[in-house]
Amino acid sequence: MSAGLYAEVVVRRGEFTLDATVRVAPGEVVAVLGRNGSGKSTLLAAIAGLLRPDRGRIVLDDRVLTDTAAGLALAPHRRRIGLLAQQPLLFPHLSVLDNVAFGPRAVGTRRRAARDVARHHLAEVDATQFARRRPGRLSGGQAQRVALARALASDPELLLLDEPLSALDVEFAPALRSLLQKVLADRIALVVSHQVIDALVLADRVVVLEGGRVVEQGRTREVLSRPRSAFAARLAGLNLVSGTATEGGLGADDGTELAGLTDSTVLGAPAVAVFTPAAVAVQVHPPTGNPDNVIADRVAALEPNGTMVRVRGAAGLAADITPAAAVELGLRSGCAVWLEVKAAEVAIYPMHVAASDINPTQDRNPR
Amino acid sequence: MLWLPALVALGLIVLPVIGLVVRAPWSRFGALVTSESALSALGLSLRTATVSTLLCVMFGGPLAVVLARGAVPGLRFLRSVVLLPLVLPPVVGGLALLYLLGISGFAGYALDVAFGVRVPFTTAAVVLAQTFVAMPFLVVSLEGALRTGGERYESIAATLGATPLTVLRRITVPLVLPGLGSGTVLSFARCLGEFGATIAFAGSLQGVTRTLPLEIYLEREVDPDGAIALSLVLVVVAIVVIVVGRPRSLPGLR
Repeated sequence: MSAGLYAEVVVRRGEFTLDATVRVAPGEVVAVLGRNGSGKSTLLAAIAGLLRPDRGRIVLDDRVLTDTAAGLALAPHRRRIGLLAQQPLLFPHLSVLDNVAFGPRAVGTRRRAARDVARHHLAEVDATQFARRRPGRLSGGQAQRVALARALASDPELLLLDEPLSALDVEFAPALRSLLQKVLADRIALVVSHQVIDALVLADRVVVLEGGRVVEQGRTREVLSRPRSAFAARLAGLNLVSGTATEGGLGADDGTELAGLTDSTVLGAPAVAVFTPAAVAVQVHPPTGNPDNVIADRVAALEPNGTMVRVRGAAGLAADITPAAAVELGLRSGCAVWLEVKAAEVAIYPMHVAASDINPTQDRNPR
Repeated sequence: MLWLPALVALGLIVLPVIGLVVRAPWSRFGALVTSESALSALGLSLRTATVSTLLCVMFGGPLAVVLARGAVPGLRFLRSVVLLPLVLPPVVGGLALLYLLGISGFAGYALDVAFGVRVPFTTAAVVLAQTFVAMPFLVVSLEGALRTGGERYESIAATLGATPLTVLRRITVPLVLPGLGSGTVLSFARCLGEFGATIAFAGSLQGVTRTLPLEIYLEREVDPDGAIALSLVLVVVAIVVIVVGRPRSLPGLR
């Protein structure tokens, strides 16, 4: 057994099954990314002990917290796992200071000493000036900072963050994100999010959940530059086509052939082709020359994307073109288009990652 | 154009009370409310209402927790059942109690045969009738507070290291205290005003089962002034109850 977190969890809820295994090394922050309903929050609840998994084994720093085979399930208050939820959930009947002092008080620290601990952590999140206020008189961002201080004050061995920034106004999120980055620097934490920026700023590694299963995991940089799942590609703003590797390209699941730069693919094995929307040219007539890749599609939507126009195809591909080009082509929703991509712009690599790449980082990689 | 019907509604509530105040025999007021029968009825009302309210808290409290936090099937159905005394005419409730615990009711017959205990037309019957009609007020208020208080605060407290007992003491109870308070006060008020179920199940024996509302009803035949004076006493109690028991919300809770 090793230090850090090992969580293997199976939870069945009607049609939905969460079946995921996640490891977090000491000092590491792992982001769990996925759509709503992918099982992210269920995973956290099982680790925190708020939900009993149907099957599973959860070990934190050599302490077995859950082991369904042995009928063992440690109560949440004995796990030393802090939870920061989407809502701050500050206790409305206690002052900010007593909210933060709640954790130390709960484990028997005297009031005065507990308040000293609380003041220390309030200072850590730069919220000392709110100490005497009632939670109802704080803004969302202030309340979430206090909630973070409260979680830290209970001195958890593991911190779980369940979309801690998603309920905040856009203007407050960046400040709290930097604060989290600072606070998490020497801690072990699991951050659930559906925003790529959280993974980029906070996490050393990411785990992508889809339909209750881990579809992809690896170092943040790696996953975002070479995504293997549709969700990770979408997060990274890349086009992804899955299929099987062919000689010099990819046979897509829908029968299309894509030429590209292959990298360690095995003929006939599942692979993905990935390219940026900027590399896609859009035509409204069948191409006359002999381009490397042509995909016939229909325009599903046109959206602004910075100074460019993003053309979303009905098949799920995206292309970025200039507004002038969009006007010139007379693009509108529903019209037939031919998407061209140069082979040199298409990276093709195996869908399944080698086992050596998914082990937790032993030492933190620079962010 | 909402203010006209709104004014009518408000008038319907306020004007009768004003009518009572205007018609009150102020010169004889002191003597009327301190007559022997009035004091006896008032004392009985306060005693029975207090006991009934305690019973509501003792048994309705746990029921509210079960309804708010339980995970057994059929909970929705149980929740509606609890509302029954609220919508049932009290006199029907009194008759129902009589045919359960009266000498011809199965439970009443069993009690009589086994222990020689007869419940109807005793002070205990008054308490039972009041508890029956007042229970929903407590359960509904407390259940509402438990729901808005939410399990999420309790879960967070647990992750902060608090044992279930600490969570109950420092989170759950403080959070539902306003709801429990207003529920208790409303129940007490309902007990104090109880008439129909009491007269059907407990009758009207002075000093034993004749509570203030029953005394007012009887007095109305003999001495309307006395009835008005006693009614005003109940009006004052009701106003105090509204001021004290008005449901308040904690900042940040809602």
